[in-house]
Amino acid sequence: MTLLAVRDVCKAFGGVHAISDVSFEIRRGAVHSIIGPNGAGKTTLLNMLTGIYVPDSGQIRLDGHDLTGQATHRFAAAGIARTFQNLQVFFNMTALENVMTGRHLRERCSLLAALLRTPALARAESACREVARSLLQRVGLADYEHARADAMPYGALKRLEIARSLAAEPQLLLLDEPAAGLNQTEAREIDTLIKRLAADGTTVILVEHNMRLVMEVSDHVLVLDHGKKLAEGTPQQISHDSRVIEAYLGVEADLPGHA
Amino acid sequence: MHAAATVSEPTRPGLRHWAAHPRTGGVLALAGAIALLPLGLSNNYFYEIAILVALNAIVCVGLNLLIGYAGQISLGHAGFFALGGYGSAILSASHGWPTWLALPASCAAVGLLAFIVGRPTLRLKGHTLAMATLGLGIIISIVLSTEDRFTGGPDGMTVPPLAVFGWAIQGERIWYWICGAALLLAVWLALNLIESPIGRALRALHGSEIAAETLGVDSARFKLQVFVISAVFAAIAGAMTAHYAGFITPAKASFMHSVELVIMVVFGGMASIFGAVVGAVVLTTLPQLLTVLKDYEMMVFGAVLIATMVFFPQGIVPTLARWLGRRRA
Repeated sequence: MTLLAVRDVCKAFGGVHAISDVSFEIRRGAVHSIIGPNGAGKTTLLNMLTGIYVPDSGQIRLDGHDLTGQATHRFAAAGIARTFQNLQVFFNMTALENVMTGRHLRERCSLLAALLRTPALARAESACREVARSLLQRVGLADYEHARADAMPYGALKRLEIARSLAAEPQLLLLDEPAAGLNQTEAREIDTLIKRLAADGTTVILVEHNMRLVMEVSDHVLVLDHGKKLAEGTPQQISHDSRVIEAYLGVEADLPGHA
Repeated sequence: MHAAATVSEPTRPGLRHWAAHPRTGGVLALAGAIALLPLGLSNNYFYEIAILVALNAIVCVGLNLLIGYAGQISLGHAGFFALGGYGSAILSASHGWPTWLALPASCAAVGLLAFIVGRPTLRLKGHTLAMATLGLGIIISIVLSTEDRFTGGPDGMTVPPLAVFGWAIQGERIWYWICGAALLLAVWLALNLIESPIGRALRALHGSEIAAETLGVDSARFKLQVFVISAVFAAIAGAMTAHYAGFITPAKASFMHSVELVIMVVFGGMASIFGAVVGAVVLTTLPQLLTVLKDYEMMVFGAVLIATMVFFPQGIVPTLARWLGRRRA
């Protein structure tokens, strides 16, 4: 079943076509990867899928609702959450508070209740704290609960962003290079985490350079090159596609599981 | 992973943790200070200053929510302050409303005005609110001094004393306790707000506006809420000032008064509720101590602002807190 439908989206920055006429569909419960060389337009595409950029033309529909041109917080309310290639952690908060902020849409409270700190709000807050705590545990950051985000190492912050986006209980999770800048051990931890998310049935769009990870976890791969869709299909199909190999993968022998 | 241990707070909910928490420990300390201060107030003049301090502190606590948490500057808070006072004065003196009703009605009206001005402005990025409130403050100030049919013009107007159940509240002592209690209430409300999901959303906007919005935070909406709250805090303090003094003049709405309020917040420490209180205490008492420098008051304020920006840009309270924290560690 289609969760997200992207139709003919275009985005140009002063004459440079970052994305032109890209269309694709995302199935519920599947892991879709978007790959492509640097500057292929992957992050631009994710920014359009979260309302940070408004497409020049084309349409983005989530679960049948047209979100094109809406504000970023409306994309979030519709059920899209994301992490960032360049960290966007709340450095003025603790790890736990970062994740609690992720529950923003689930913890609506009135201004009056907030000012008076009603008992109902206090209960909701401690429930929220418990959820956040269990998410920190899930991404392996239980020890950092009270650490200020600006005192945490890079690899932990990458996982903190994943926990924060999971806190929103999104219908669709966008991961923008979750393993970038990590050492091998840390990257493997992210691997395991994404595999577990996929196993839990979370719908994921993964933007990643690490081919081993992409080929292992994806149900479906979309290849972008110069802002255009180059190819689309299962990891098997992609790794055999001559255009992809030429444009992006380079030497065929680099592919694991492609003996 | 063990690195986290050095930065973690005590997690057990013991008495020490409870007392160290700003919402409980800080409020208790402030209550203690308000309760004990009269021991050192030997005459009515000192009471008068203490009342002035408390009323300014209420405005600053609200303004600090706006500047420190919503990241917006208002250059028209003196306008809200004066409108709160004039509104309550006109309703009670000219229209015969009971003062206990005129005061909240006036403050609610100021809240509505802030909503009307803030709603379109806060949708825009940048410092549009500072510009809009600058204009609004100037308009309020001009209207108050020219519409003399209602306001008494530049000479101001007399304000009836606050009366509850037919009993007029007058005198420095009783007003000291009322203002002290109001300040305590304002601080408690502000601390509650900051620790609520709304406060978290505001801090998130400060941390990363993009990330906050991808989590569903509607930045314009939260900034507007805080702006309205801060305007209402200013209006309440203004109305209390008017009823306490029995008199109000358009000088209360002056641009310089707005600037003074901003300096108190910046000096005390942005994003620090107790910093706002300390800023109000220091910068309200300072001119009283330096009466010789009366003509140079604004110069002193300017110098204080420059010194704050150069030596402790975070403000005095957050800087001291960090310094103490480092010494203890």
